[in-house]
Amino acid sequence: MASITLDKVGKIYAGGTRAVGDVSIDIADGEFIVLVGPSGCGKSTLLRMVAGLEAISEGTVRIGNRVVNDIEPADRDIAMVFQNYALYPHMSVRQNLAYGLKNRRTPRAEIERRVAQAAAILQIGPFLDRKPRALSGGQRQRVAMGRAIVREPAAFLFDEPLSNLDAKLRVTMRLEIKELQRRLRTTSIYVTHDQLEAMTLADRLVVLNAGRIEQIGTPLEVYRKPASTFVAGFIGSPAMNLISSRAVPHLPAAAQAGTIGIRPEDLSVAPDGPLEMEVLAVEELGAQRLVHGQTGGERLTVAMPSDAPLSDTLRLTYRPGSLHLFHPETGRRID
Amino acid sequence: MKRTLFRNQWLPWLLLAPQLAITFVFFLWPAAQAVRQSFLRQDAFGINTSFVGLANFRALWNSPEYLNSLQVTAVFAVLVTVLSMGLSLLLAVALDRMIRSASLYTTLLVWPYAVAPAVAGILWWFIFNPTIGIMPYVLEGIGYDWNHISSKSDALILVVIASAWKQISYNFLFFVAGLQSIPASLREAAAIDGAGPVRRFFDITLPLLSPTTFFLLVVNIVYAMFDTFAVIDATTEGGPAQATNILVYKVYFDGFVGQNLGSSAAQSVILMGIVIALTAIQFRYVEKKVAY
Repeated sequence: MASITLDKVGKIYAGGTRAVGDVSIDIADGEFIVLVGPSGCGKSTLLRMVAGLEAISEGTVRIGNRVVNDIEPADRDIAMVFQNYALYPHMSVRQNLAYGLKNRRTPRAEIERRVAQAAAILQIGPFLDRKPRALSGGQRQRVAMGRAIVREPAAFLFDEPLSNLDAKLRVTMRLEIKELQRRLRTTSIYVTHDQLEAMTLADRLVVLNAGRIEQIGTPLEVYRKPASTFVAGFIGSPAMNLISSRAVPHLPAAAQAGTIGIRPEDLSVAPDGPLEMEVLAVEELGAQRLVHGQTGGERLTVAMPSDAPLSDTLRLTYRPGSLHLFHPETGRRID
Repeated sequence: MKRTLFRNQWLPWLLLAPQLAITFVFFLWPAAQAVRQSFLRQDAFGINTSFVGLANFRALWNSPEYLNSLQVTAVFAVLVTVLSMGLSLLLAVALDRMIRSASLYTTLLVWPYAVAPAVAGILWWFIFNPTIGIMPYVLEGIGYDWNHISSKSDALILVVIASAWKQISYNFLFFVAGLQSIPASLREAAAIDGAGPVRRFFDITLPLLSPTTFFLLVVNIVYAMFDTFAVIDATTEGGPAQATNILVYKVYFDGFVGQNLGSSAAQSVILMGIVIALTAIQFRYVEKKVAY
């Protein structure tokens, strides 16, 4: 158990390419932090710097109260779950789980106790003597997590652990990871590009874009008050509508000549609403219906109940207080 | 895979004919001839040929020279295989850690494979020539008197180095390909699991490389037993005092220089049998230990 502190961490590759810059995060003991962003935003690089698999070019990383910049991965007291699981294919599940403990000269009885315990928690007991290739995707995923928890490390690092699973299994495993972390109370850093995974798992989200932090906050804070147009467009599904303020009549003066963000679920059909939308396409989701259209030359998406009336043009209104205002040049939030 | 069905029964055989003809004329026919010859004895002029049954084989079994050659071949094959596979694995692992100039390094390392075995033999013969070579000069500096013309062990070392050197390129390419097919995340996971570089190599890399290693083992042993003829011929010619007279060289020497065709044929049949047996044993027993 430990806190993790990143202080002005940066990564510059040989050749001068900057992958990550000026990242500072304080992670409390037992906290579940999710690093989220589009591919290439530097989130995996950041995680790998914490793990010790990439050299840290700038700043310091602390685990507990120890600076780990020059400490080998093995001595950082962390465990990592890889995207492709990275199970040792020539070892049985039991050997996979025990390998890290054996390398640390843990007594044999203690290894057996911890392997049995992890197997019970993750329900992989029946597969302990199988090779990884004889397991399904979800079982492999569990073994990979088992390998992390037998070590009883100070922190778990997850590098997109669910992206190789099919959609249904991903939802199940997401819940399992969450419950497991609740139970073990181990500080965790989790990397994903899936905003839904990020929202559901995180105690706090760190939204990254082009190697820099856009926003840090609880899922609801980030959802309700996105700090920039990037965060607004990335977090939440369907994505927030970002339109020029000129397309929306009767706005307060402060919002003139900026970018307006409206969540699709904050828009609703009203006969005397201020916005008129020409309907272009309709997506039925079952409980909900997404209507895509345009207003004043801007694209707009509306989420509405599937029994709401449809026509070629709709008059829309927005929930009071649901407008997000962003600076036209910097894209930062204006409050 | 795409399956083609032929309505005409003769067409598939016709299409296979060139390959079958080559196999028959250049492989099966000579092999059959060798087997036939091994039961015969000819007089010095080739006028009389008589069937002697297993006499040629019995003579070999009672010949100290032949038994010596068997022993030399075993030592030689093991040394060549271990040396060339060991060195190429080392080079391949070094390359695997390189980021830049890896392709240049690969290109340079592949060159020895393009050198004909006889030329390779001559090359090493020059390098180790007791009178004009550079290596004896260097070795003399550290107090070793190198002479492969009179010393049996020096001669064996020379042919082993020359033969192993020739095979390094080939082994190296396969090891590099094998190493590159091991996901980096496995080694990273092992690093986090507390395994140092040496430990990672023996616990992760080597087991995952075992299909490649197994394949190369078969190829290298067959190479050492058959394809090193030119190296021996260009350097030691089997000497001194039979110290480097491996089976394949003895087959040539007894048959084409000594003109004892019956014995030579019997030797090549035995050699063929040894290689077939070795390969069968390897596939049957060693393959089971390979982690695919």
